[in-house]
Amino acid sequence: MSREEKKTLKDMYDSQMKQFFEFVESMKKSLGVPMFPDMKSGKALYFDQREITLRFIISVENIKEFFNGLAEGKLLGTKCKDCNQLYFPPQKDCPRCRTSNMEWIELSKEGELLTFTQINVKPYSFSHYDDYIVGIVRLPEGINVTAWIRENDPKKLKPGMKMRLEIVKREPENYYTYEWVPVA
Amino acid sequence: MKRNVAVVGVGHSKYGVRNDVSLPELAWESINMALEDAGLEQKDIEYVVVSNVGGWSSEPLSAVVINEYAGICPTGTVRVEAACASGSAAVKLAYDMVASGHVDIAMAVGVEKMNESPTPTVVEFIGRAGNYFWEFQNFGLTFPGYYALYMTAYMYKYGATEEDFCKVAVKNHYYGARNPKAQFQKEVTVEQCMSSRYIAWPIKLFDSSPITDGSAAVILASEEVAKQLTDSPVWIRAIGYASDTSNLSKRDTFTSLRAGVLAGEQAYKKAGIDKDKAVETIDVAEVHDCFTIAEVMAYEDLGFAKRGEGIEMIRNEETYIGGKIPVNLSGGLKAKGHPIAATGEGMIAELTNQLLSRVEKDRQAPIKNGYALAHNIGGTGHYAYVTILSLSKS
Repeated sequence: MSREEKKTLKDMYDSQMKQFFEFVESMKKSLGVPMFPDMKSGKALYFDQREITLRFIISVENIKEFFNGLAEGKLLGTKCKDCNQLYFPPQKDCPRCRTSNMEWIELSKEGELLTFTQINVKPYSFSHYDDYIVGIVRLPEGINVTAWIRENDPKKLKPGMKMRLEIVKREPENYYTYEWVPVA
Repeated sequence: MKRNVAVVGVGHSKYGVRNDVSLPELAWESINMALEDAGLEQKDIEYVVVSNVGGWSSEPLSAVVINEYAGICPTGTVRVEAACASGSAAVKLAYDMVASGHVDIAMAVGVEKMNESPTPTVVEFIGRAGNYFWEFQNFGLTFPGYYALYMTAYMYKYGATEEDFCKVAVKNHYYGARNPKAQFQKEVTVEQCMSSRYIAWPIKLFDSSPITDGSAAVILASEEVAKQLTDSPVWIRAIGYASDTSNLSKRDTFTSLRAGVLAGEQAYKKAGIDKDKAVETIDVAEVHDCFTIAEVMAYEDLGFAKRGEGIEMIRNEETYIGGKIPVNLSGGLKAKGHPIAATGEGMIAELTNQLLSRVEKDRQAPIKNGYALAHNIGGTGHYAYVTILSLSKS
């Protein structure tokens, strides 16, 4: 099967939903109301005639350096100039000192794998990807970074393995993010 | 001045795919049962705390929709959210209303109608229950995925196997099969569990609690009122609570839930129970087994087993009736079901019935000391509530 023809979980979800819509629409046509029997129990269900799409718009004004850094191939965190506390994910404020006296620092691109999983049943918004492995890696500076690991078989991984961080373009969305790569 | 608070009535709906009822109808099932159990009417309830996470269901202001349907209006109310521990948070707030003297009778009712949305949408919503921006947005973790990070770490650190974890599912299905309120009333085998598909490696479908509709209600009263209402009050002796970071990457350990440890220690201290003697003191416990790994960590976090030995407890069947401490005789989240925000009240309802020796005979714990413990975790150890119930007031 060629790559183009390969069915993703999203194709399956979408075709199930399409079948469901068609069934509900045909029921609505015959009854005049969007009521239909549950496939399993036969109980009467009503199909919501209003739809909502959720897509958030989030302020990154105070951490925009992080995203600019990704585009330059760097993973950045913040460091409090008063107490030297490192923050990843980066924070504008240091709750320890209750100050906002931060500087940007580049984080190590190497670390040790703490734990991992492979996501097989994916959320709808991730269902167009193949199964992906997510891991948490500890950097020498004592900070942990969660990201995908470039590996398809979880059995090839083990806690304690050395990992290297790469800034990558996530496709098909085409934006910069970061990923762990096992060090051979 | 803090007053003693008793559970005077409980209600618990059938858990499962409840396409036969709407959200308020489902809530009413357990509210009506709790009123009946307490011998009270709606007008006697002075405050209602509703726990409902929602998002996947149609009514955003579920508290007022439920109260209107149930004839509890214009009584003061609020809806609370502490993810999967919302129910225990609701019990905590109702407890505070009574303990503080604000009211004499308060109710906590939890309800969840997860099947109002298709499964991929529910998976999406629960996956976002952590740190949405940093851990979901780019990496698409799911709820099983978060717990799988703990299971992987536990397996490698202590040499536990997938078969070991399946034994938790076997136990909880064994008791679920004896609970008419349970979503799954069928026993399963280790082989069946092992052959179920991976949903978030190494977590398989049979390691996981289901998507559940359900409701549960608990009515609490002050000592004075409780004594008028019942000869058998069950006292809330202690509630411990804690939280942890939203980002899992900020955690130090992946073999224990710190919030669960802290909430447990707080509850033991308030109830005057020695953590090292918890197993000897507590007759029965309901612990948060959203996944099999979660039950094993709960054994250790609550002091039922030493670090790394929780897995031995399940291998040796020490948490069945007749073992060291019976756990999840309801079937747990795994088999009874996990209607997110109703799970906490469901645990209190179950344990009240256990302490009063009124559950089905073949899943009734022997009640010796009169203590029961509910361990309710929200998210992946993001919230934790541990509630200790007792037949004695002090």
